[in-house]
Amino acid sequence: MAAPAVPVLRIAAECGLSRARAGELRLPHGAVPCPVFMPVGTRGTAKGLTAAQLAELGCRICLGNTFHLGTRPGAELVRRSGGLHGFMDWPHNLLTDSGGFQMVSLLALAEVSEEGVWFQPPHGGERLLLSPESSMGIQNALGADIVMQLDDVVSSTTTGPRVEEAMDRSVRWLDRCVAAHARPEQQLLFAITQGGLDPALRRRCIRAMTQRAVPGFAIGGLSGGEDKEQFWRTVKLSTELLPRDKPRYLMGVGYATDLVVCVALGCDMFDCVFPTRTARFGSALVPWGSLQLKNQQFAKDFRPIDADCGCSTCQRYSRAYLHALLRSNTAALHLLTLHNLAYQMKLMSSMRESILQQRFPQFVRDFMGTMYGGRGGPPAWARAALESVGITLD
Amino acid sequence: MRLQLLGAGGGRLGSLSGLGRGGAGALALPGCLLYTRTGAAPHLGHDTLREVRGVPGVAHIALPDMAEIHDVLEEYKEGAAKFMGIPDAVLYCSLHDPVTPCPSGYNTNKTVSLWGSSGRMEMTPSKFMDIQRAIQPDWFQCISDGDTISGEAGRKRVKKSVDRSLSFLDMCLQLQEKSPELQRSVMFGAIEGGDILEERLRSARETAKRPVGGFLLDGFQGSAMAKETKLKLIASVTAELPEDKPRIIHGVGKPDEVLECIERGVDIFESFFPFQVTERGCALVFNYDYHPDPETTVFTQNGTQDLEKNGAQEDQEEVSKADPEMTPFEISLKDKKYHDDFGPVLEGCSCYCCQRHTRAYVHHLLVTNELLAGVLLMMHNFQHYFGFFSAIQDALRDSKLDQLKELVFRQALQGPENATLRQ
Repeated sequence: MAAPAVPVLRIAAECGLSRARAGELRLPHGAVPCPVFMPVGTRGTAKGLTAAQLAELGCRICLGNTFHLGTRPGAELVRRSGGLHGFMDWPHNLLTDSGGFQMVSLLALAEVSEEGVWFQPPHGGERLLLSPESSMGIQNALGADIVMQLDDVVSSTTTGPRVEEAMDRSVRWLDRCVAAHARPEQQLLFAITQGGLDPALRRRCIRAMTQRAVPGFAIGGLSGGEDKEQFWRTVKLSTELLPRDKPRYLMGVGYATDLVVCVALGCDMFDCVFPTRTARFGSALVPWGSLQLKNQQFAKDFRPIDADCGCSTCQRYSRAYLHALLRSNTAALHLLTLHNLAYQMKLMSSMRESILQQRFPQFVRDFMGTMYGGRGGPPAWARAALESVGITLD
Repeated sequence: MRLQLLGAGGGRLGSLSGLGRGGAGALALPGCLLYTRTGAAPHLGHDTLREVRGVPGVAHIALPDMAEIHDVLEEYKEGAAKFMGIPDAVLYCSLHDPVTPCPSGYNTNKTVSLWGSSGRMEMTPSKFMDIQRAIQPDWFQCISDGDTISGEAGRKRVKKSVDRSLSFLDMCLQLQEKSPELQRSVMFGAIEGGDILEERLRSARETAKRPVGGFLLDGFQGSAMAKETKLKLIASVTAELPEDKPRIIHGVGKPDEVLECIERGVDIFESFFPFQVTERGCALVFNYDYHPDPETTVFTQNGTQDLEKNGAQEDQEEVSKADPEMTPFEISLKDKKYHDDFGPVLEGCSCYCCQRHTRAYVHHLLVTNELLAGVLLMMHNFQHYFGFFSAIQDALRDSKLDQLKELVFRQALQGPENATLRQ
């Protein structure tokens, strides 16, 4: 099935030094500035935030999770609700993953075969098969703007022939997803490149997948606890080989430092549960790290989380109050979720601005200085990665 | 603070004005407070609370929460309202949290025990006033001994609750005179006396002799007291109180009970009830539109059509299977039958949840334990509850309280009758 006539990615500017690019994604529910961080709304909700709050933060695309939604309430129910957009009352863009990752990571009894992933439903019943075809069926019913192929995911710490098998199978499954995709006009199907940490496998995978006419590519199989040195080299190799004019989605990346480095390496889209999950543990993200607000040290700290943050949490509430509220009222979790997403959105938009204004390398230096200034400098892997694309830190 | 009554029959229709630091705060009567936990509505930050219509002008905080951060407030110095990010709020501080159980048997002649997240705190009048000085509330309940609700308190114990509370009141009034931080704050005297008429009258008369700004009817929480006794005592107590001072009651939240208390001279209620409804995954759907309409009159005479439309009758039949605390005024959205119900939680409701979402979505959120369920349900339940008080004020103004009573009491017996609110 052919890619849409209008390319998804419009590049407005490229960093002259690194591989960073800024632009927008032209998606069915509106344009999305990129580089972009996509909050994860697993079960059709951005956790404690209302859809209105999420939109007000500037979010224009977020994730829904096919495995969870396909299980409860089920694809058919969501379809009858007007798709995931209608179900959540979300007017902007959505991306659904294939369900494969959750299946393999959450289920004790998931068995991968050429047909697909056999699994035991968590709430009882007979064994079911999640195949490229059935994953596309569910995703078509959910109706997200971007849908992901079903891939054969292996942990990034796996070695040996299983990695190659999974990579080759992912290519075959991509073809089956493309064939099964019933709504190519309304929903953009992205491929997910695999190959573990092996450059040769990554190369083969990308060469094969870029021969298929898909509108975008994800770099999958990373962000799973692998060594950071290998992580960045695999990302860089991928962006080197992936086409310039199509979006590159690095899955599962969300720590601030990782986002900055991977934008420098040429990635456009990111998702991660980290900022929203860490909020629910009482942790507030700030440009110099994070504040564990449940700690006693904040009991009498009457400053806002970040005096320079314009979010409604920082405008109104102090660290001391949030520390107290965390004990008695879930509202505290929502206030922190809101702040952490505001932080992520601001980070991405600052990066984008700096790329548009041709000062991205300085942005990176300032970012690293603020984050690691008092702590002996940025981690070695980040330094090496940035240097490899021409950005030197002092 | 000024209380103005508009002389309607059947209840004290009026308003309180001149509230708060700037004197701009007001509360329509009969009315309710905004229930908060540590100064925020449950599940709702400031932004989301702003989406709720009809939020009352006085916010309710509980002393145990404040006691746990006493040292923080002392260092902060500028009062609890500002600390909690609500500097313009009018704050009422009650002695206990209405939702936290208070085990019996811990009060003494000199102390009262409170329960918070870190357990039991023993409080003397002096310590109590120390904390109030740090809170700087607009209104506060004077420390009192209300440990008569278990139903096991004999005459002697009940008499003690009155004696102790009066003695605490006198001590605290003296301490207040010497506290510059509390010159603006209005003390509410707690009327105790358990289920004994003589003691209730004594408490009311004696408390009314003191220079308190308002009265708090305490000891009516829980279910140990027989309903008739409760109502008779409430009426007897308010008859002893001056007309020009507000009367708050603690522990009463169900719509039928609210109406009964209003008829017996109570002005102000808490709003913990919609919070409890939210916590059990339920939504308030009772009808308080008392305007007579030929169409619905036909329906209500038939009865069954409405109940089926709303599905609530089946809910009532399943009550024993569901949460035992569930009342006839709500539906349990966790119930399987809502999983594909694409209507709003309550037809005709203008709240954020009903305007943007469906029963099926809220059901899904509840079944998957998503935090957003609490947010959406709290918004709906608060707005519906605040709308109820608005309807009470309208009914008093229109001399239609009897119709409203009839509507609410009918639903108390047989479940919510009409899921549709007409505009």
